[in-house]
Amino acid sequence: MNKTELHMLEAVADLHGVPQGAYNIRKDGEGAGRQSTANIIIEPKTDKPGIDITVKPGTKNESIHIPVIITKSGVEDLVYNDFFIGDYADVLIVAGCGIHNSGDAKSEHDGIHRFHIGKNARIKYVEKHYGEGEGTGERVLNPVTEIFMDENSFCEMESVQIRGVDSTKRDTVAKLEKGARLVILEKLMTHGNQVAHSDMVIELNGDGASSQIISRSVAKDNSEQVFYPRAVGNAPCKAHVQCDSIIMDNAKIRSIPEIAANHWDANIIHEAAIGRINNDQLLKLQTMGKTEQEAEEIIINCFLK
Amino acid sequence: MLELKNISFNVADEKGEKDIITDVSLTVEDGKFLVITGPNGGGKSTLAKLIMGIEKPTGGQIIWNGTDITDMSITERAKLGIGYAFQHPPRFKGLSVRDLLSLAHGSDLPEDQCCAYLTQVGLCSKDYLNRQVDSSLSGGEIKRIEIATLMARNLDLAIYDEPEAGIDLWSFNMLVESFKAITKTRKESMVIISHQERIMKIADEIAIIANGVVKKKGPAEEVFPELMAEFDNSCSFR
Repeated sequence: MNKTELHMLEAVADLHGVPQGAYNIRKDGEGAGRQSTANIIIEPKTDKPGIDITVKPGTKNESIHIPVIITKSGVEDLVYNDFFIGDYADVLIVAGCGIHNSGDAKSEHDGIHRFHIGKNARIKYVEKHYGEGEGTGERVLNPVTEIFMDENSFCEMESVQIRGVDSTKRDTVAKLEKGARLVILEKLMTHGNQVAHSDMVIELNGDGASSQIISRSVAKDNSEQVFYPRAVGNAPCKAHVQCDSIIMDNAKIRSIPEIAANHWDANIIHEAAIGRINNDQLLKLQTMGKTEQEAEEIIINCFLK
Repeated sequence: MLELKNISFNVADEKGEKDIITDVSLTVEDGKFLVITGPNGGGKSTLAKLIMGIEKPTGGQIIWNGTDITDMSITERAKLGIGYAFQHPPRFKGLSVRDLLSLAHGSDLPEDQCCAYLTQVGLCSKDYLNRQVDSSLSGGEIKRIEIATLMARNLDLAIYDEPEAGIDLWSFNMLVESFKAITKTRKESMVIISHQERIMKIADEIAIIANGVVKKKGPAEEVFPELMAEFDNSCSFR
């Protein structure tokens, strides 16, 4: 791998070279390395681009890295990745996509990820999106995530998009069976003329299912963000959705909360707030010797931490 | 030494100009502890903000250790060793108590030092070090953490704007104890805006500010009894 590719790999998956354990590295629309382990099998799909990842039941403390990097201008990449997590397994999945676009043509990666999480299984899924490059070509990422959670399974999903992605449309759908718990943490910062749109539908279908959605975002310059999280309780369940945004400059943010209960014992809460950086926060940090600009950076970094 | 020379501050609104501070001159000698007290709306908090640079005076000069700091920014004054504790400290999402103390200190503060500051303000350090400085903290907790941030800074002048405001009696007792502890070991000068006699009692000097002017300033043992006597005689039904 060359220097740019290694840098992108580090930016999206904290990797310094080839990872330990199971992995699949995709570069410019093609496979660039794959490894299965005794318990985690990664196979390419035969009917369309993408991979099937099968984690054997009971697999513990193993990780799967599936980073995608695009280093060319004009690449349009679409992949279907299916995860089959066996009952009682407990694994970490590190995904992420980085686009380095030095040209003037659009580069786009659309990852369609489908998770089938078995009974009592647990996963932590971490995904970072990052874009860079001196060209005028757009860097576009449109991820689709579908999560099917079987009884008493647990899923923690963390998605981070801090810089460099011009346009993103994120679609997330989750269906939770009895006792399943889903935690989603979404962190987003947009700048320039970037546009980000996140749609989410969480269906709590089983007795005792629960979910917690936390979205933190900062919109700078002329960027635009739209959040549309929906929690639907179809059984005795608990859901909490929290959207918190800092707005700056000429940015625009829309937060459209929707909660629906189709069962008398569904307990669903939504909190949403958009506001600028509090002036007292800036003053407080200035009284500690920080400049206004340093104070602003500290506040944003903490907010997105 | 802090010197306020003929400081004035007025604001303009639709009704015209209003004087908040009028021709105030006072000094705080090195290492002294001055309590500024007086009725609400008398200009005490404004004076504290003027010293820190949060507000700029419309007249007069502020001299700190011989340097004219009147036109300096908050950041520049902070770098000269001046610190300020807010009456209503802001909360920060995502910032831990340890992060805040480290920011105040200017570099990563070792855990044992963080703990020492928190213990000094009556907080059990183990419970608070990794707590977020957000709305999960009570009014009393955030005020004590605010004081700890000033301790972490190694200041030459610490200004506290009504440390007792917005906290319950129990937290206030802890706060007075904290200030007693600070005065035993401190080297810095201290200015506290306060209405509380228990804080005035531990000061070196008291200044009374009303209607934007200094009504009286002198040693605490002189001013405090006079102030109390004034209240005792104020009831005409006696």
